[in-house]
Amino acid sequence: MNARISHVFLAVCGALVALIVMTSYWQVVARGSLEARRANVRLVYRDLEIARGSITSSDGVVLAQSVPGRLDGRSVFVRRYPQDGLAAQLVGYSSLVAGRAGLERSLDPELTGSTSDLAGIGTAFDRLRGDTVHGDDVVLRLVASAQRVAMERLTALGVRGSVIVLDPSTGGLLVMASTPTFNPNDGLDAALSNPESPLLNRATQGLYPPGSTFKVVTAASALDAGAVTPDTSFPGPDCIDSGGERLCNYKSRAYGPHTFAYALVHSINTTFADVGAKTGRDALEATMRGFGFFRRIPFDYPPDQTLPSGIFDRNGNLLPATAPIDVPRLAIGQERLLATPLQMAQVAAAVANGGQLVQPEPVLEVRAPDGSVARRPTTVYLGRAMTTETAATLRALMRQVVDEGTGAAAAVQGLDVAGKTGTAETGRAGHNDAWFIGFAPSNAPRFAFAVLVEDVAGTGGDVAAPIAAEVLRALTSQPT
Amino acid sequence: MAAAAAGQRVSESRGLLALPARNRELGLIVLALAITTAGFAAVQLARAQEFASDPLIAAGLFAAAYLSAHIVMRAALPDADAYVLPITAVLTAIGLIEIYRISPQLARDQGVWILVGLALFIAVVVAFRNIRRLEELRYTCGALAVVLLLLTIGLGTEVNGARLWIRVAGLQIQPGEFAKILLVVFLAAYLRERREVLAAPVRQVLGIGIPALRHALPLLILSGLALVLLVAMNDLGTSLLFYVIALAMIYVATGRLLYVGAGLGLFALGAAAALQVAPQVQGRIDGWLNPWVDEQAQCCYQITQSIYTIADGGVLGAGFGRGLILNSSGDTIIPFAQTDFIFSVIANELGLVGVTAVILLYLLLAWRGFRIATTADDGFSKLLAAGLATAVAFQAFVIVGGILRLLPLTGLTLPFVSYGGSSVTANFAIAALLLCVSQRANRERA
Repeated sequence: MNARISHVFLAVCGALVALIVMTSYWQVVARGSLEARRANVRLVYRDLEIARGSITSSDGVVLAQSVPGRLDGRSVFVRRYPQDGLAAQLVGYSSLVAGRAGLERSLDPELTGSTSDLAGIGTAFDRLRGDTVHGDDVVLRLVASAQRVAMERLTALGVRGSVIVLDPSTGGLLVMASTPTFNPNDGLDAALSNPESPLLNRATQGLYPPGSTFKVVTAASALDAGAVTPDTSFPGPDCIDSGGERLCNYKSRAYGPHTFAYALVHSINTTFADVGAKTGRDALEATMRGFGFFRRIPFDYPPDQTLPSGIFDRNGNLLPATAPIDVPRLAIGQERLLATPLQMAQVAAAVANGGQLVQPEPVLEVRAPDGSVARRPTTVYLGRAMTTETAATLRALMRQVVDEGTGAAAAVQGLDVAGKTGTAETGRAGHNDAWFIGFAPSNAPRFAFAVLVEDVAGTGGDVAAPIAAEVLRALTSQPT
Repeated sequence: MAAAAAGQRVSESRGLLALPARNRELGLIVLALAITTAGFAAVQLARAQEFASDPLIAAGLFAAAYLSAHIVMRAALPDADAYVLPITAVLTAIGLIEIYRISPQLARDQGVWILVGLALFIAVVVAFRNIRRLEELRYTCGALAVVLLLLTIGLGTEVNGARLWIRVAGLQIQPGEFAKILLVVFLAAYLRERREVLAAPVRQVLGIGIPALRHALPLLILSGLALVLLVAMNDLGTSLLFYVIALAMIYVATGRLLYVGAGLGLFALGAAAALQVAPQVQGRIDGWLNPWVDEQAQCCYQITQSIYTIADGGVLGAGFGRGLILNSSGDTIIPFAQTDFIFSVIANELGLVGVTAVILLYLLLAWRGFRIATTADDGFSKLLAAGLATAVAFQAFVIVGGILRLLPLTGLTLPFVSYGGSSVTANFAIAALLLCVSQRANRERA
């Protein structure tokens, strides 16, 4: 029997040696490739050992910071958002479970201190020594006091919507509000299951028919193309026939003979349909391109959280340039045209900035752990959307919208506001997307803005313009 | 007097080996206790901020228990193998330290189970000092094994889909661990009785000798039973383990590879068929063949995170208490790390070097077990020792092989190391039985 016992022992030896061989495979051969796999929870935990930089508003309000915590016997840093949902979509989150979004994702290399090669070597040494790796701190252009007003106004109305304010000459992102919001400190489960999609940044990912705010683009195109001047006369009927369907003014009002300037101030659809036809599809699309339509607005934010604006088919795909479209309807902001609030803020900013389009910039500066400035973004010019003269003409006309036209509710004491309202009917009575875009002060604009309120009974002038006024008041009372 | 006699008996050896068996055992136990204390100290140093409790008390109790077992050995089994007890001490200590590192609370429970296990060890040593007494109990053992398994199937609660536990007075017991030992005892006695008739074929079919049906019938029943276990318990590991132990013992008894080959073939066929009705087993097969497809899914999260944990250990490991095992809420990153995946924790903290040492400890334990089998002079003792050695070593192989993706993952425990009262106490009983066989063999050889 002893020989057979030895055979069984040999078999057992073989089996146990196979275990050692297999362990060697995992711990030595496969180790490197396993370390980098995304589903490897350990990778994410390892990131907690880095003191991620803070994110602060330009007025010194801390939006995101790392506080010391413990994980399995080691010192780690836990991400906290002291302002809860104040700028949750813009700032985003950095979470073990959900990953990263917003600026927490796009600025991740700086926040974790792994930007330059040199810093990378330093970081590696810090890690080897077991020292804490400190990321860079980021100061945003965001004005927290104005952001708070925007959030409070939208929340108080109980609406879904977005407010954006840009510095037109530098692209500085002063306000980017989106409601409903979420509290990144509470984890994302509730936000993910909320049917109102609070995680969605409506400023960059919400697509809405721009309605009459798009008349600014049509006007720029028509003026640039020489199709009209401010004094060109139009007949002003209540309705016209376009593409076999009737196209009417708001409340089917007839205006009688008037100038192009009057038509913009009073948002006359029949006239702008005519203007669109006169300008032509090619010129209109070229102007849209100049304003940044049809492509993602380039800026320091995750590309998959920024949607392009344009003309979409029923399946939500951007229409190719060759697709047949109803140009008169496009000219008044209909015809399957969808735009993000950020895109419409860019339209206002280009007008305010003398026709020059600049890239939105959320970051004021990046500070290294030693306090020195590691990066201060400069203005990035994206090209000319219209001539300087056209921009000057539009500024004057948009000033009149607030003075005597549909945007009267945006008037702010002591501030010379210019703008354009929009009320996009969603097809159901009493369910409009209300818009107000514009800038202030009109002669030397420091703020360009877009306000969108989703699915309300009122008009852009009634609902969106007062919000713009409140936010502008907060911005101007803010010492600069 | 007995110790002095043992000294003369090993006098042909030289150096350390010239010492009497029990003195060698004591020396090795002291060494194991030194390792234990160092391990606890390492964890305590690494985790001083979390742990308020004093592990030295645990180390002290651990030492006292092992020294008591050793003293009983001196009195009851003076000539028995010197290595079995120290090997279990190191394995138990490594498990206890890693469990302490996961949770001092769990380690307290495990510590109690080790004390209970050593008490059972002493009880078995005292009761079966004369191992032949066990042979007389063969039918009792066989019947008890069947009862335990039926109880598991009948009253079992499912944990992780497998039906391996029953609840008695607030405790979760895994009767399979004890049934395994009883089955080995029964088989050893049964095969010793029948091995001649089983080995000698009565007729030839296609040139292959076939034993008389009435002798082979129990073997067929055994195969069927293993498959019934597979389906009823929804666990491939337990049925495979029982089956392989039985086949190994049959091979040792009869020397006929035909039985082994036919048995494995039958089992593979039956298992393939059983997969159709046991969904848990099918999930385990999916997780075995390709866990990377959906790492978050039920099938695969545990095994993939375990592999990351193992790989992270590298050659030298993070060190006792210094690996990344717990998540931010204090739970183990790998679900059930303290029971099914304790190996992965060891691999993370002790690295390839530590894992190799642990596997070599099982190899050493198996070697001592098989050596006891070869030195024993009666068929029952040989079969018993070989069966028990196979049981421990193969169980370690099946669970670790499952973790390393050599085999489908199973719910077996790592002997002496995994958290769990049934596992710890049953394995101490195995060690005690091996030493009882060893005592008789060594005494008679002398």
